[in-house]
Parts: sequence; structure tokens; C-alpha cells
Amino acid sequence: MRQSPAVAMSAALEPVTPASQTLLEVVGLSRRFALGRGRKASQLHAVDDISLRLRRGESVGLVGESGCGKSTLARLLARLIDPSEGSIVFEGRDIATLSARSFAVSGERARIQLVFQDATDSLDPRQTAREAIAEPLIRLRVPGDVEQRVQQLAQEVGLPPELLGRLPHQLSGGQRARVGIARALAPSPSLLILDEPTAALDVSVQAVVLQLLARLRRDRGLTYLFVSHDLNVVRLLCDRVLVMYLGRLVEEGPSQQLFDAPAHPYTRALVSAIPGRAGERIELTGEVRSPIDPDPNACRFHGRCPVGTDACGRSMPMLQVVTPGHRVACLLAQGSV
Amino acid sequence: MSPTASTASAGSRPVLSIDDLSLEFRTRSGTVRALDHVSLSVRRGEIVGLVGESGSGKSVLCHALLGLSDRAARITGGTMHFDGIDLLAATEYELQDLRGREIGMVFQNPRAALNPIRQIGLQLEDVLRRHGAIRSQDLRERAIASLREVAIADPQKRWHAYPFELSGGMCQRVMIALAMSASPRLLICDEPTTGLDVTTQAAVLNLIRERSRANQVATLLITHDLTLAADFCDRVVVMHAGHVVETAPTARLFSAPRHPYTGALIGATPAGRADIDALIPIAGGLPDLRRNDLPACRFIERCPRSVAACAGDLRHVSAVSSEDFACANPLPLP
Repeated sequence: MRQSPAVAMSAALEPVTPASQTLLEVVGLSRRFALGRGRKASQLHAVDDISLRLRRGESVGLVGESGCGKSTLARLLARLIDPSEGSIVFEGRDIATLSARSFAVSGERARIQLVFQDATDSLDPRQTAREAIAEPLIRLRVPGDVEQRVQQLAQEVGLPPELLGRLPHQLSGGQRARVGIARALAPSPSLLILDEPTAALDVSVQAVVLQLLARLRRDRGLTYLFVSHDLNVVRLLCDRVLVMYLGRLVEEGPSQQLFDAPAHPYTRALVSAIPGRAGERIELTGEVRSPIDPDPNACRFHGRCPVGTDACGRSMPMLQVVTPGHRVACLLAQGSV
Repeated sequence: MSPTASTASAGSRPVLSIDDLSLEFRTRSGTVRALDHVSLSVRRGEIVGLVGESGSGKSVLCHALLGLSDRAARITGGTMHFDGIDLLAATEYELQDLRGREIGMVFQNPRAALNPIRQIGLQLEDVLRRHGAIRSQDLRERAIASLREVAIADPQKRWHAYPFELSGGMCQRVMIALAMSASPRLLICDEPTTGLDVTTQAAVLNLIRERSRANQVATLLITHDLTLAADFCDRVVVMHAGHVVETAPTARLFSAPRHPYTGALIGATPAGRADIDALIPIAGGLPDLRRNDLPACRFIERCPRSVAACAGDLRHVSAVSSEDFACANPLPLP
């Protein structure tokens, strides 16, 4: 049943990628949260019909304003929560059908790992750095000597071994970030989902952690999904960028192209607001549409869009190819191409 | 140098001037020398950025000048003047009168700063009643006008809103309306856009700049984001480990930094870098400010340019000139 739209969607994805290079393919993924009880309850559309593909070894940025659903999408892909609809094919297997609870003990759990925003909050305050890094190894029964693996991981992320016995509050922000990264790397994942990993760090430490992440990706051939609102960082770390707006994917494309020639009016506003960027800022006025029971036949950006027309309020734009690899969901951008 | 910066600094007496301020915290594990000979001034209509890593003393300075320091804090030297008033000699009652009326404040995380169970209109009226000298029948009208000034759509309706009904950006607009409602002469913004989206951030900072310019307010913008300071400030003051290491008009600071720490901060900032390898991390961390043997230059242990002369006495940055740095071996002018 799920097969036919999947095939149709694959045909629309550009450029065509051989199956062997695809690490993760998402088709028609949605997550709705019911507000209230019963069949008449309102639905909050946090993630709405998203299709995307991650190739092995690439680094993809996921950007958008708070409340746009990027964290929900990250949590869906990491299988911390269950989707309402859609498939997530990871390394050839549909993991969307597994419940989040059984995924936690499945073999794929080791292959998809998360690095959280603030290691101060995500690390157990009563666990030493050593215990934090060893925990996933023990839980997921990774073969080999645990202490030896912990030492190796600490070395890989540049954490001095004498700090392994310390508790999180005895470590600096940069050292805590390293512990968080080592912990995520412990079960040898192929996909790392990074949720604003440097947002809590000072610029001096941020530079070190970003370079560490870039090096680890090269050395281990990792695939990154990098969730961030700092577009200056995304530009440096990511090959490709996905832009979300109110639960929908509105644009995707190679970083350079997206930052130099954004096609969606929302992306244009976003790029114009990047600090340190020359040129006029596009200010967004008007009300943000509600993600609760949204009109399925209107662009979500309609009303706030500086260039929108009445037609945008009557039909929902679908992602269309602008140039190979660059897709945009906007009636006007498509009309002008 | 931007025209505003030069006109603002031309002769006019600073609204805020901090001279040689030193502050320490007495803690069980030793004395923390949090501020050491800090000098800083902000003039009418001028927006001054205060930047530095966390722990450099930005917020300690901000709290000290508001008279909101922790009880463990002790000012060991220097002076602070606001418009001729000696802030260190002022009584708590006098300070209460200054805060809110003459000195507006916008803090990080507006949701924590606003009263969660009071309508925003009432909160604005509270401030106006305390500081505004307005007849009570005009309060409501003024509150609505202040909401309109910070570009909140439909202010009559929003008067009734509670903070939880508004987005983060909207809450920060309300905070700015509160800070501006009594027409202060000095506005202190401590990381006003941390946690806001990039589009909202630009809107909030534009608003701060626009209101400051319109009312000729002296503004001190505290941020850890160098790129933001570059975009929105006339002049920037760089702090490191409790010292002011450099101050300069924004354009000059970014095109020709003189203190190696300023140069290092710029080198570690992602904005404008071609690729990730072009980022240059800063070696080491801030020194432990409890040390008894703190070197004269607190950057010396991280500095790639340190020479023998650096171990000697350090001349501190003065508040008088708009361009100064504290370094024995500064970066050359390009």
C-alpha cells in the first residue's frame, strides 16, 4: 500500500542516487499531535508530509525557526518518537514500523545516534565521563573491552584521559561537549543527528568542536544531520541544507547555491537576516499561521510572505526541481523559473 | 568610522562612565578578581557593544552598574557615574528610582523576566505608574502606545495577552516596551536575542537600534556574538578575564584589531569564513581568577604574540578615548 507513493516520490527526487549510496530515505513522513481527546480533536501538524534522502557520508543542515518542527523531525528520524504516517528506510530497512520502545533495543539503535544541544543538560550529573561514554557500549552489548574502547573514544574526541573520572560539573563546556560526542560515537553509528551541538559554547570553543566534528566525519565516513539555527555554522559544516517552515520542507539544495541564490521567499528572508551579511534585511511581518489544523490548500507561509499573491492562499505548493539537486516549494519561484 | 559614532563622541559628555572599576567576589575557595581596572563610557545616542567569552566579566559589570551585584561582591576601587550621579555613593532607594526610569534594562530570556500571571498591558501600566508621572486615566492609552511603538500588531487586543500567549520574539518586544516606557537615558541589553530565531533576532535588534536612535538613548549591548556587535553597534568594547583589552569604533575594530585577543575572537568566528579549516580556535581557556599570581596581562598564557615586555606593568584601557587597547606587542596596522 505504501509502495506506490514511495515510487512516485523517488521519481521526483533529483538527482537519481543509486540505492547503495542512500543511507536514509524518508517518504511522506508526518507527525501530528492530538490536542484533546476523541476523533474531533484538533491536530497539531508538527511534521507534515516530508520526503528526503540522506546519502552516505554527506553532511546535511536542517534549518528553520523555532516551532517549525525541525526538532520533531530530528526526533522522528532518531526514532525517539513514533511517526503518524510515512516510512523511514534506513540502510535498506523500514524503521518507521518499529515502535520507539522496541527500536531502543534493536540493532539499528546503535547505527543512529544523537548529540544533544547542551551537554550540561543531557549528561547525567552523577555519572563520570567514563561512565557516560561506557553506558551505550554496555547497554547495546558492543563487543570488546569496554575500558579500552572508552580510552580510544576519549582520545578520538581529544578528551584527556585523566578527565575520564570527572563528573560533568567538573568539566568545562568544551570538555562536556566532547563527552557528549564520544558517547554518541561509542556504538559506531553511521548516522549522527546533531541538535544544535555548539549553541551553548563560546566562539573560541565552538571553533574547536566544529573542526572536531568535521574531522570525525572524514575519518569515520559518518553522515550528519545538523539541526541548527546558526546559518553561519551550517554554511561551514554542511554540503546540503534543508529548510523547514511550519512542518513542511520548503527548500533543499547544495549549501553554496542555497545561500547565494535562495529560491523560496522564506529562505531569502532567513539568509538576509544572517548576522554579518551585507545587503538589505528582509523583515517578515504579519502573523505566523497556526500549525493546528492548518488549511491543506494554502501555502503555510502565506500571509507572512513578502511576495505572496492570492493564489498562494488557494493551493499548497509542492517541492519542484529548480536545478538538479535544488528543490523549492513555492508557486512564485516555480513560475519564474 | 561611521558618521553616528563620530558625532556621538564629539565632545558630548558620556551618559555612563566607568573608571578603573575593580570588583572581587569573596568565596570559600578564594577571592575571585572578576573586574580589574575596567573603564568604559557610553555617550548619548551611541550603541556600545560589550563582547567577550563567558566568564569575561560582562554580566558582572552590568549587574554592578545597576547595583544588583551578588552579596559576595565587593568593589575595591574605581568609580561609576551616570549623568553626573555617583552610582557607588547612591543609596538603594536612589538606585531603585534610577532603575526603570533613567536606566532601562532588557535581559536575556524575556519569559523569565515578565510576570507570567499578569497581562502584559498591566505590567506596562505598573512601570508607567511607578516611573512615568502620568495621570491614571491616561495609563491605558500610553501602554497601548508603547506596544504600538515596538511594532506589536493589534496592540489593543494584545494589551490583554499573558506572556505565555506570545512568542519569544513578541515577549522580547514587550520587554523593550517596558524598558523604553519611562524614556530612559541609558539602556542596558544583556544578550537580548540569545535563544531567538535569526529572523526575530534581526527584528529585535533593529527595534532596539531604532528606539535608541529616536530617543537619543545611550545603549550598552552585551553579547557574546561578535557578528551581532559588528552589525548593530557604533563602538565595541572587548573584555577578557575581567580586563577591558580593546575598544574601537566597530569598523576599525573588525578591519584592524590591535589586541591579539580581539584578533583571535574574529578568527574563531564562523561568519565570513570560506571553509571550516579557516576557523582558528583560541588556545587555552580563561585563567583562574582566584589565583594570587595572576599576570598583569591575563591573556599572556594564551597569547601567540607574547614578548618579554608583556610580563611588566600593563597600561589599562581608558574610558576617555574611543580607540584604545591594552597590549605591549599589538597586532600591526594593516
